[in-house]
Amino acid sequence: MNRIAFAAALLATAAPLAAETHRIEAGEGAATRLQEALILARPGDVIELGEGRIALTDGLSLDVDGVTLRGAGMDKSVLDFTGQQGAGEGLLVTSDNVTLQGFAIENPKGDGIKSKGADNIIYNAIRVEWTGGPKATNGAYGIYPVESTGVLVTHSRVIGASDAGIYVGQSRDITVRGNQVEFNVAGIEIENSRNALVENNIATRNTGGLLVFDLPGLPVMNGGNVILRGNVVKDNDTPNFAPPGNIVASVRRGTGVLVMANDGVLIENNAFEGNATAHVMVIAYPQPYDDARYNPYARNVIVGPNAFGRGGDDPQLDGKEALLEAFGGALPPVLWDGIVEDGNGLRIAEGVTGWSLNLSKPGQSLAEAQPGPLMLTPLESWQFPAVGAPAELEARLK
Amino acid sequence: MSFARGLLVAALLALGGAVAHAQLAAPRVSDAAVAGPAFPGKLSEFGFFADGARQRPARGVIPYALKVPLWSDGAEKLRFIYLPEGSQLAADGEGLLQFPVGAAIIKTFAFGEGAARRLIETRVLLHRADGWVALPYRWNEEQTEATLALAGGRLDLVTPAGEAISYAIPNKNQCKTCHSRDGKVIPIGPKARNLSREWLGAMWKAGQLDHVPAGGGSLPDWRTRATGPAEPLARAYLDVNCAHCHQPGGGASNSGLDLRWEQSDPHAIGIMKRPVAAGRGAGGHNFSILPGQPDASILLYRMDSAEPGIAMPELGKASVDTDGVALVRRWIAEMGK
Repeated sequence: MNRIAFAAALLATAAPLAAETHRIEAGEGAATRLQEALILARPGDVIELGEGRIALTDGLSLDVDGVTLRGAGMDKSVLDFTGQQGAGEGLLVTSDNVTLQGFAIENPKGDGIKSKGADNIIYNAIRVEWTGGPKATNGAYGIYPVESTGVLVTHSRVIGASDAGIYVGQSRDITVRGNQVEFNVAGIEIENSRNALVENNIATRNTGGLLVFDLPGLPVMNGGNVILRGNVVKDNDTPNFAPPGNIVASVRRGTGVLVMANDGVLIENNAFEGNATAHVMVIAYPQPYDDARYNPYARNVIVGPNAFGRGGDDPQLDGKEALLEAFGGALPPVLWDGIVEDGNGLRIAEGVTGWSLNLSKPGQSLAEAQPGPLMLTPLESWQFPAVGAPAELEARLK
Repeated sequence: MSFARGLLVAALLALGGAVAHAQLAAPRVSDAAVAGPAFPGKLSEFGFFADGARQRPARGVIPYALKVPLWSDGAEKLRFIYLPEGSQLAADGEGLLQFPVGAAIIKTFAFGEGAARRLIETRVLLHRADGWVALPYRWNEEQTEATLALAGGRLDLVTPAGEAISYAIPNKNQCKTCHSRDGKVIPIGPKARNLSREWLGAMWKAGQLDHVPAGGGSLPDWRTRATGPAEPLARAYLDVNCAHCHQPGGGASNSGLDLRWEQSDPHAIGIMKRPVAAGRGAGGHNFSILPGQPDASILLYRMDSAEPGIAMPELGKASVDTDGVALVRRWIAEMGK
């Protein structure tokens, strides 16, 4: 009985079968063996990548629930897409309860790993890297879960994405923890998503470190309930190399955190250092749009206590010299556009300083800005909902 | 039914011995292979063809053509459906025909003309009790058999436009990338609006279609692409080539771009729509479609590229469809005038 007939016979039986482990070693035919294993896997199966490098000409895909794809480590099992000729990403996952762990994707032509409509997915100790450094010809996203409920991205590393290293879009119940993102345009981006915890990550040498966006015209909107906590956001000084036209192409070099639109963002206990434009920037969506469902304001954004080191000392802003002079050589850490919907815009903890453009409506020209120090009454306390991936995902890692 | 079949046999006999012999000797389609649980290893196990190399269908396998076909590097496509004995299609407005369980859709991709024609692959969609299954089969050098290629494959060939390309046979999952909505495999092509009224009428007369729906055959004819009105042709082209992903529930739903024929919201079809996750696919442009300016429109930029990471569609394309590009260019250029 050949392998396919055998698999087909398995598919035909109704009785539950024990999960199996399929091992794929690098070498002759490895790409085909791996893709076949991903197609023929049954729920609960483990596909194990041996040590070594597998060269691929086409994107891989997984559409079976509950499968684990596991390598020997992010520097040991490498899926090399340098010679990729087709597909929009290195690996596409479209099934639920999938665990990806301990392997690398190098030089995909488009995105690194995309998971779409893939609920309860774990990315653990994954590396996605464009090895030629920051380039506009690199793919857009490294780790790219979208339209999913239950996302955990942890202990992973993304280098060189021409949009965002780790991008979570149009999703809910998300934890992004303990990752390292370097030399991307945006380190980590949470977009049009709710209930996200971005914690204990290191975002360094990107153009912008951590972005929280809500954009119009998408199937899922009303992003919010996002916590940025305990992250190191340092030296995000790479010139913006995003292809023009993309929203992140407007991110200024030296941005630590950028919140655009959204309802409910808490920024606390992070360490900021060496972000030359602003450690924290909070703005309304500035472009015209035609979408009655969309709210362009940044609402209920709280900047709690954070360690703010050197920053704001080389802002990529018009009128830089005058601004630096007015603020005594460096801008204070928080930059706000001043645009408020109903008095529910930006709030700060005691001791947080900043400056405002004192604009009044979304889309207003920066030429009309009247920069001045942030004049907000500090909050004594605040409440914020608990957010993050379901506990079941954390448990699966143990 | 057996009376009708008797008539058919008599008619075939009247056509001449050779033809009748071939038809009578033709294998019957294996309903077990179509509707059973297995993935047959060889295309011949289905019995779809009386003569595979010549693509002569077996009894009960019906050829069809589309008014606007999906472009695949200029491949010639031979399309067939199979309906089990005594079953029929049900029309659902101008949309996708509803196939009974046990039906199949068969599409063969070929390059080269006349004696030089080579069959590359045959893709089958099988309607089983638990849903549709998509499987790719790759033809051998001798053109005597096609073998299941679950993991897809590549081969070098020259397109009708004279371009040498690496042609990709999709793997089973990639079949689903296009053939899916809300996570389930579905057919794409045989929508009533994209089938000729003549074909629909003949199927109805033969008792193989429940009725000819209003809107059947309503897409323009692709052969008029050089001179016909640009808008309906361009919208039909985008519907057929792009909308299986670019629609709600499709593979590219998160882009917010909806290129279905029936979509009337200008923003949804890309007019003044900003890119979301296009990356370098945006090509430095700000809008999917900028009216009057095809060269500043992302949609055309991506159609006009064959580079992975930029090119659209992402699958089934290694070269640029110059006719499609010319038409969409004309449509965008005329916009707002």
